[in-house]
Order: sequence, then structure tokens, then C-alpha cells
Amino acid sequence: MSANTQKITLAKGLNMGLRKAMEADDKVLLMGEDVGKLGGVFRITDGLQKDFGEDRVIDSPLAESGIVGTAVGMALRGYRPVVEIQFDGFVYPAYDQIVCQVAKYTYRSQGKVKMPIVIRIPFGGGIGAVEHHSESPEAQFAHTPGLKVVACSNPVDGYWMIQQAIAHDDPVIFLEPKRQYHADKAELDESATPEPLFTSRVVRAGTDATVLAYGPTVKTALKCAEAAESEGRSLEVIDLRTLSPLDMGPVYESVRRTGRCVITHEAHVNLGMGAEVAARITEQCFYSLEAPVLRVGAFDMPYPPSRIEEEYLPDLDRVLDAVDRTFAY
Amino acid sequence: MSDPAGFGPDLAEVFGPSQSDGGPDLVQLLTPEGERVHHPEFDHDFSAEELRGLYRDMVLTRRIDVEATALQRHGELGIWAQLLGQEAAQIGAGRAMRPQDYAFPTYREHGVAYCKGVDPLRLLGLFRGVDQGGWDPNENNFGLYTIVIGAQTLHATGYAMGMQRDGVVGTGDPERDSAVLAHFGDGASSQGDVNEAFIFAASYNAPVVFFCQNNQWAISEPIERQTRIPLYQRALGFGFPGIRVDGNDVLATYAVTKAALQRARDGNGPSFVEAYTYRMGAHTTTDDPTRYRLNDELEHWKLKDPIERLKVYLRRNGLVDQQFFDDLDAEAKELGHHLREGCKALPDPKPMDQFGYVFSEMTDEIREQRDGFAAYLASFEESH
Repeated sequence: MSANTQKITLAKGLNMGLRKAMEADDKVLLMGEDVGKLGGVFRITDGLQKDFGEDRVIDSPLAESGIVGTAVGMALRGYRPVVEIQFDGFVYPAYDQIVCQVAKYTYRSQGKVKMPIVIRIPFGGGIGAVEHHSESPEAQFAHTPGLKVVACSNPVDGYWMIQQAIAHDDPVIFLEPKRQYHADKAELDESATPEPLFTSRVVRAGTDATVLAYGPTVKTALKCAEAAESEGRSLEVIDLRTLSPLDMGPVYESVRRTGRCVITHEAHVNLGMGAEVAARITEQCFYSLEAPVLRVGAFDMPYPPSRIEEEYLPDLDRVLDAVDRTFAY
Repeated sequence: MSDPAGFGPDLAEVFGPSQSDGGPDLVQLLTPEGERVHHPEFDHDFSAEELRGLYRDMVLTRRIDVEATALQRHGELGIWAQLLGQEAAQIGAGRAMRPQDYAFPTYREHGVAYCKGVDPLRLLGLFRGVDQGGWDPNENNFGLYTIVIGAQTLHATGYAMGMQRDGVVGTGDPERDSAVLAHFGDGASSQGDVNEAFIFAASYNAPVVFFCQNNQWAISEPIERQTRIPLYQRALGFGFPGIRVDGNDVLATYAVTKAALQRARDGNGPSFVEAYTYRMGAHTTTDDPTRYRLNDELEHWKLKDPIERLKVYLRRNGLVDQQFFDDLDAEAKELGHHLREGCKALPDPKPMDQFGYVFSEMTDEIREQRDGFAAYLASFEESH
């Protein structure tokens, strides 16, 4: 390990990234429930209130609409609020403020007003939680013009992407795969130059089929590629990273080569991100496709009781099954 | 008298009859008959010039409303939200503000916009359908009109929290100390956002004045549908003072709002002002109040007209002459001309420009959509 690198978890990467952003710009404020002394229920803001004070790391009353609505006012005043929604399922009380106010203020003012607000949402399942703690609401926000939506999948991206989102002048819904917070470590080189925020990335090169994923399913997709390799099949894995706007260039390039594509996410398949991605691939890569783009995600039911969540979440077998089906055409 | 279940007083006991005078706690400095009365806590020594100024502001504000209503009837506006009867509440509040104070409006604060220096013509854009708010909020410290009921009260509170962080509260410097005026109506008082705004403002002691124009009606729903106690009394439950002021009395509204704003600027936190007034017109030009309220209620409130009572006072005390009224009449006519001609000349929005307003910088996705749409439109040109 060189002097510039250290092994970190996603939680640590986000924490370090938030700290960097706060050091770089004193207009950056953190707001949310329990983000102060406790450091957030996942400890993502650990130690930040101690170092930056209660005026910059603000424990808010328990009202999500209030948190986002006051962030709009702070943004109008020139601040760059970063709000934490404690769990995905708790974002809905703030839905009106996000969709009608945060997303539209720039448009309504004909571009005169900027809304540099980051709304951090721990998302996805797999932590054995009670209901409302394991959801994947990304499509609801990606469907809304005026919002940008990104999802990090690993510690290094967490560190860079949160800083880039905060420095960005438009509102960003920032999705964090909560299952990964304290899981795998990765080596961070703080002196590296990060890729731009709104880009997708090939995380494993392959030749036979393309697997698209983001957030928590990137890890699943990489495992699939390893397993497929042992069976002599080469999968290319792309981490979409940005869900709105989508960065489809690398996806088209890959699918034109492989002719087969599977997209997986924890969110519901019906009208989910996969539906949009599949439609775009069909529009742009029609003559390259050997099979329809297949989607692997949640069934049309609410998130189930946690004892059976692993059955419900897309896993290695379900994704590989879909890959197999693309070869059956 | 209690209700059948034995809970609480009869609503009529709380609110009085529908032609209520606002109750014993109503702060008033000028009676509907134009008689100047004094209040032990909220008073202000108005100069003749100030009084003439407030009268002028109300007359011009009513003119804006009358012209816009007529423009809607002529098909020049799609809709208009009338403020008829609420001139005193809006001018009193608007004139109590300092330039550094910030107002967050609903969609009916035409008088407040006028006080903040927004050209009334720019208010018409939203209603004509040429834009969705044609002014820069930070140019006049006047937020965009907000149609989702009550949402702006949270923006106001957040903005006030920003002022606290900027060190412009409680410094003792009158040029520096600032506050926010959050506008909303009686209907909005039922919204979660408004109640959350109260809680955030109280929790952080934010310099915001919650200014509720209780005009008795939320489209067709009377105030009794929103609350079982007078609205201003709710403030206490949130931990800050509430005051009911005669919203048809520009002097009282000015004095009370000025005190509330000063309290906020001094760092003493939020307060609630309930301006007790009446929506003499319809909710908007598409509404028909004859379906849900009695005409004698309107006739009753006409006797409390905010402009007439100040006119009587000015005349009776010899503070104005005929020249004043003639000059004001000419000024109002000029304003009407400005609005009529200006409205018709407002350029239609350009479809291609809209793509550029979504984000601070156009994304490749949106650029592609814009270019595709432009090419599609151009294909018709070529075929001719």
C-alpha cells in the first residue's frame, strides 16, 4: 500500500467524502435525523458535528418534508445542503418537496435559481430489517425531470461521487447501497483523479453478454461474471452509476459487441430502470441484438418479510438464469 | 354549549356567527368606520405621508387585481387569483418589511410583490401561461409564487435558518438584521408542511414570521372545516406567540407585522400573525362562490372594506385634498394601461428555450431531445 492509499469501507468512504466537501466549501451543510452526535444510524456522518459544529451538521426534527423543504430555503440563501433520509422507505413524506419544489425551482425560474441540494438515501435490502427499510425507490426520482439520480456501488466511488454530487449545481438524489456500508473494503487513493460523476463504467470486460447493474447489484453481477467464467462464458459487467441522466454510450458499445444484455436491480421490474434501459438499447442496438434485453429485479409485491428477502432479491442464480435465456433465442 | 359528545365548546361559540368581527383579541387601529383607535401593545405614530402612502398602495394594488381580472375575462389570462378585500393585509405586511427581509408568497400575494418592487406585469406571466414565475427571487427578495399549498412555509423557514448562519440576526444593526415573511392562508394551516415549518422554526428559533391571511374561505370550504380554535391560538402549542390582527385594517396589520419582524430580526424567534380578513372575490376567476356562501356575508364584509375606512379617516382629518385623489386616479389609470398593453405584448415562450431551463447546464440527454424536436419541426418547413 502506498502512502496515499488506505483500505476503507463504503461507510468510511462516504464519511471521508463528506468531510472533504465540508472542508472545501463552508456553504456545505448536513441535515437529517440523528446525523449529529450519533453520526447517523449508519454512522455515515460520524464525527462531523464534533468537527464542524451544530450549525453545519444539523440534527433535524423528525419530519422528512421539513428537512427537504428547509433545504430548499437554504439553497435559495446560497447554501449547499446535503440531507440524509434515514431509510429509503421514509423518503415519501418528502416526496412533494422533492418532486414539486427541488426538481422544479430551476425550471420555474427559467434557470435563474440553482438548487444545489444532495439528498442521500440509503437504499436496497438484505439487512434483515422491518418493513420500509429495504426499498429501492430510484425509478420514482429518475422519472422526475429536474432531478439527477446516482447510485454508488463501492467504497472508492462513494468517496468521490459524494464530493462530486455536492459540488454539482443541480439537485442530486444520491443512493447508497446500505447493505454494502460496512461490508467489503477497497483501496482508496486520494490523489487519484476520479471519473466524472454522470458516467457509467465497465467494471469487468467480457465478450459474450453484457450485464448491467448499479448500487447493490453490481457485486451480484461481478459474482455472476466469475461464475460464468468457470463455465467458459465471458460476461461484461457495467456499473451504470448514474440513473438520470443515463450514460448509455458504454452500454451501446458493449451490447453491439456482445449482442446480449441483462439488467438487474433490486427495484421492481415493472416500469423500473431496466425498462427504460431496455427500450433505449432496443432503439439504438436493434440490429446487434441476438436476444431481447432481459430484466432481473423485484416482483410486483411490496418488499417481503426479511426471513425470505434473499429469495426475493435478485441473486447470482437468477441473473445467470437470465443470461442463459439470452442464449436460448 | 357543548357538542353532543361533550367535547369542547360549540363551534359557533368559538368563531361567532359567520359575520364575526374577529373576536375580542383582534388588534385594530382603524375601525371600519374610519375611526382611529389605539392599542396598548401594537401602535405606531403614522405620519400623514405614511398614511397617504398606505392608501395609495392599496388603491394601486386593487387596480392590479381589477385589471388582471378584466384581462382574464377578455381571454388574455388563463386564470387569475383575486385578492379583492385583502389589500390591507398585504400592504400592511409588505410595507412592514425592510429591503433585506425576504417574502415567500402563495399565488395571491400581488400586493406584497408590489411592495417588494416586482413589476406587477411580471406577475401576469404565470397566469397568462408564458412562464411559471418570471422574476428572479433573489433580485427583490420575493420568492416564486407557490401553488402547492403551504410548501413555501418550509422554504421560508430554511431561508431564515440560512440568515442565522450568515450572522444577519440579532446584531443590533438595523441595516443588517433580517427576517423572513412566510405567507399562507387559512386552508394551508391544515397542511403538514405548514405544521412542520412551525416546528422547525420553533426548534431553531428561526427569524421567520408566519403571516396567515385568514380570508375565511379555502375555495368552498369555510374556516370551520380547517380548525376548531382561532388559528392564532395554535401558535402557542408550537411554542411561539400568535396574534390576530384586523387584516382589513392596514394600520394595525402594518404595526403588528412590523413588531413581529423586528422580534425575529432581534433574534427572538418566530411568531404567527393571523390577519383576519375576507376574500371578497372568488378563489380564482374559475370559481363561483354563489354555490357555497351567502351574499349577505359578502355584503357584511363590504362594510369593512380596507380602502374605504382609510379614505374616510384621511378625509375626515384633512390629510388629503382633491388633488391627491386626482393624481392617484391618474397613476392607477397609468398602471392599468401598463398592465393591459404589457400583458398583450408578453412574448410567448419559445419551445426550444424550455429545454435549457431544466438544469443549470443542459445534459446531453436533454440536448438530444431538443435537437430531435427541432429537426422534427424543421421537417415541416422543408415540406412547404
